[in-house]
Amino acid sequence: MGHHASDPNKIVNITIDGIPVSCPETTLILDAAKMVGIDIPVLCYHPDLKVRATCRVCVVEMKGQRKLKTACGNEVWDGAEFITNSPSVRQARKDVLELILAEHPQDCLQCIRSTNCELQQLARDFGISKPLFANQPKQIPIEDSNGVIVRDMEKCVKCGRCVEMCQEVQTVGAINTAHRSVEYEVTTAFDRPLQDTTCVYCGQCIAVCPVGALYEKDDSEKVWQALADADKHVIVQVAPAVRVALGEEFGMGSGSIATGKMVAALRRLGFDKVFDTDFAADVTIMEEGSELLERMSHGGALPLITSCSPGWVNFVETFYPDLLPNVSSCKSPQQMFGALAKTYYPQKAGIDASKIVSVSIMPCVAKKYESARPEMNGSGYRDVDIVLTTRELARMIKQSGFDFNKLTDEEFDAPLGLSTGAAVIFGTSGGVMEAALRTVYEVVTGKELANVDFDGIRGLAGVKEAEVDLDGQKVKVAIANGLKNARQILDKIRAGECEYQFVEIMCCPGGCIGGGGQPWGTTAATKEARMAGLYQADRETPIRQSHKNPAVKALYEEFLGKPLSHKSHELLHTHYHPRHK
Amino acid sequence: MSKINKLISSNCGVIRPDSVEDYVKAGGYEGLKKAFTMTPEEIISEVKKAKLLGRGGAAYPAGSKWEQLLAIPEFPKYIVINADEGEPGTFKDKLLLSQDPLRVIEGMTISGHVFSSHDGYIYIRGEYRAIQKVFQSAIDNAVKAGYLGTNIMGTDFEFNIHIMTGAGAYVCGENSALLNSIEGKAGRPRIKPPHLAEVGLFLMPTLVNNVESIANIPTIVLDGGDKYLSYGTKDSGGTKLICLSGNAVNRGVYEIPFGVSLRDAIYDPEMGGGVPNGKKLKFFHLGGQSGPIGAEAQLDTMYCYKALRNAGLSVGSGAIVVMDEDVCVIDYLKGVTEFFIHESCGKCTPCREGNKQIYAILCKLSEGEATKEDMAVLKRMIDTMTNTSFCGLGQSAAVALNTCWKLFKAEFEDHLHKKCPAQVCFTEQERGE
Repeated sequence: MGHHASDPNKIVNITIDGIPVSCPETTLILDAAKMVGIDIPVLCYHPDLKVRATCRVCVVEMKGQRKLKTACGNEVWDGAEFITNSPSVRQARKDVLELILAEHPQDCLQCIRSTNCELQQLARDFGISKPLFANQPKQIPIEDSNGVIVRDMEKCVKCGRCVEMCQEVQTVGAINTAHRSVEYEVTTAFDRPLQDTTCVYCGQCIAVCPVGALYEKDDSEKVWQALADADKHVIVQVAPAVRVALGEEFGMGSGSIATGKMVAALRRLGFDKVFDTDFAADVTIMEEGSELLERMSHGGALPLITSCSPGWVNFVETFYPDLLPNVSSCKSPQQMFGALAKTYYPQKAGIDASKIVSVSIMPCVAKKYESARPEMNGSGYRDVDIVLTTRELARMIKQSGFDFNKLTDEEFDAPLGLSTGAAVIFGTSGGVMEAALRTVYEVVTGKELANVDFDGIRGLAGVKEAEVDLDGQKVKVAIANGLKNARQILDKIRAGECEYQFVEIMCCPGGCIGGGGQPWGTTAATKEARMAGLYQADRETPIRQSHKNPAVKALYEEFLGKPLSHKSHELLHTHYHPRHK
Repeated sequence: MSKINKLISSNCGVIRPDSVEDYVKAGGYEGLKKAFTMTPEEIISEVKKAKLLGRGGAAYPAGSKWEQLLAIPEFPKYIVINADEGEPGTFKDKLLLSQDPLRVIEGMTISGHVFSSHDGYIYIRGEYRAIQKVFQSAIDNAVKAGYLGTNIMGTDFEFNIHIMTGAGAYVCGENSALLNSIEGKAGRPRIKPPHLAEVGLFLMPTLVNNVESIANIPTIVLDGGDKYLSYGTKDSGGTKLICLSGNAVNRGVYEIPFGVSLRDAIYDPEMGGGVPNGKKLKFFHLGGQSGPIGAEAQLDTMYCYKALRNAGLSVGSGAIVVMDEDVCVIDYLKGVTEFFIHESCGKCTPCREGNKQIYAILCKLSEGEATKEDMAVLKRMIDTMTNTSFCGLGQSAAVALNTCWKLFKAEFEDHLHKKCPAQVCFTEQERGE
């Protein structure tokens, strides 16, 4: 066998369990098997990651050879004959699972991933009932002192997905593997708690963990308590990316638009008002768009970089503190909403602000960290009191017992539930930029935008660029999603080689549709479907530009005055600080 | 006639290790001088004729490895020498590194010439701290004398050698783990393909050879591949450094032509000299901790790649650990397994967890607590580790156990009944004596 790189254009002929398959030479055995309807079990493998062949669950036999090969770690070659279902293959897979289970706590009933755990599923599929080895999990204390991400490393199966995510996709480097053999573990430098590392709380480690080793700090009990307290006025806002993912938790297809049922469910749970973060997204466009125009006309730091994504904000504070002047002073939509929920809303509704509990449902775990930032209380109250992820909301709904699928669609409450198509696309990479351009164009040119769809900046590409003609004035914009991609743009800005005026950065790959708080099992394909859902929601919304939102217009007329006003600054803007490394 | 043939160890103990003057006087650098008159293809042709098989343990044909790297068009190419020798019973590279480092340096320089490389790395295990100093001194002297650095021997060829080391991990002897370690990453094996010849050190094409393999190169170039081949057998060209340890009268490193018998190696007065104190030989462990174990009946096997393989044994690193009748197989295997528990990198499930479970069953056996079911699980774990582990370490960690299982099945079963023929396990009372 020569040392040649495999050729994607070369079609090879192989057999899998005797079935002939023709596929490119670069096809993994795993994918070739899928082509003939064979699902080889995997544990460390994740379709979006490079991590391969560490768990050894996916081994297959090659005709005539004793050693087994991993289906996820090997490409096919011409004439190869694979057997995926021989007694020795099944035995090897089962033995590998037994070895993992010997170290695993096996407390499935108390585990957050129960019924949704990749290891549990495999153990069930392989009919593992009586353990082969004594069950001797290591005693490792749960780490949750950061208040955002919980690490229960007793449950870790050492697949390496979270490490690749943190190291290579996000380039944050908060966790890595350490030690050898039975001491091998996924850990932080010097075993420090996460808050003493470079962790930005993106939660992407959680998103790819196959078991219950990583999850969000569950705050739903606090919400139950507030809902049960007759003295409290509990309101909720929901981020755009939640509505196209929540349905997945109830058996709907990926990307199904569940907005109406979600609103109905939140009312059933007992929230006094069900509002929409999208309202605040429209406000964000008013403030951030004005900030951009202000900087462009008055020589402020350019490019202006968006600040909606709290994981990204943590990242810039940690790794690029010298670029903080470029970051928009706008609070994120969640925090803008929170500030208005404790000022404008009680004033308008005649409610005592001190009785308001402000809850948000986010696709994100970094939002928990953001809401707890000490400076997020411009009104004198916490902008947002409790943040739940999509997963936590789904669990609350399941606890309540009503059938989500049978709910009749309901509408958000006014006025903080009124929004536009521009706001809903905040949930996907490129959405903030597109929403901003829809408004900025009309403000600058005074002309009606003929086509509000900026197709060129949509999609899952890591870095996207565009140039927009604002009546003769060319504005160059760029969009990055995922922090490794963000570095590309930030390094250019640092080097003075950047011609952009406006940059959108989202911490998570794909933006909020792929957030760390979204339902488990998210892949690129899931994100595509959620994204399609958001663009559909945008198309179906009568108003598609933020500055045309009547509730937003009323907010400025009745309360804020104009964008970047003194009051806006007090409530809707903030400033960021270099963060410890 | 002596069964020892000092081809590559002739300078050891004879010359000052770091003295270029001594080395040249002893015939050193003649190979390099000749190499400069030859094309890379001509040199590789000699290596192929010599049928030099990788001396680190994998026994991959060195000539083919070189040919594959030569065919790759990307540059720079790196030369990496694996001097991470580190398992119990293997200390043959130590001899060359400490007593004739210039031979290794000359071999590296010739390979640098073949592949138009400018940089060679030698990864010397951390515990060989003193040797690293000797080796560095040899490098410095070679540079001063014009045999290394720029304009080597008046040519326009430039080649530099860097010493690298790790914190001490057996798995770093695995070539891809070794490259990771040189790059400053954790020493854990990489997934292959891509092969190291294509994507090696710093993602560039790379040659990785063992110390002993590269030390053979000056001789092969100077004398020609055919002559080198003639020292050994038809399929196993040349000589081999073997290291005898354990219950052997004369422990040490010996250079033998392939083709002598195992009995010669262990009993010949010029080599092992037999088992001390009139004890009987019980078994011998070949090629390192990851190698197979053989017994009395296999002593007349010819020491060469083919005959050993046919007998279910292997050359491996060249280690021969002799154990006498006082050694308990189970007790010995516990030691081997402990070694792998310590040295597994932990990346893949079978190796990380399998050694631990095997060790637990061996402990039960030596405590008389094991059951027939444990024996069945032990057998399954041998298969699982061997057939499913990520790299050679895990795949071979159960080789000693597997060979013992076949040779000493009765002794395993004895332990089920609290009997230990070597009288190592259990108290006299437990053994019913």
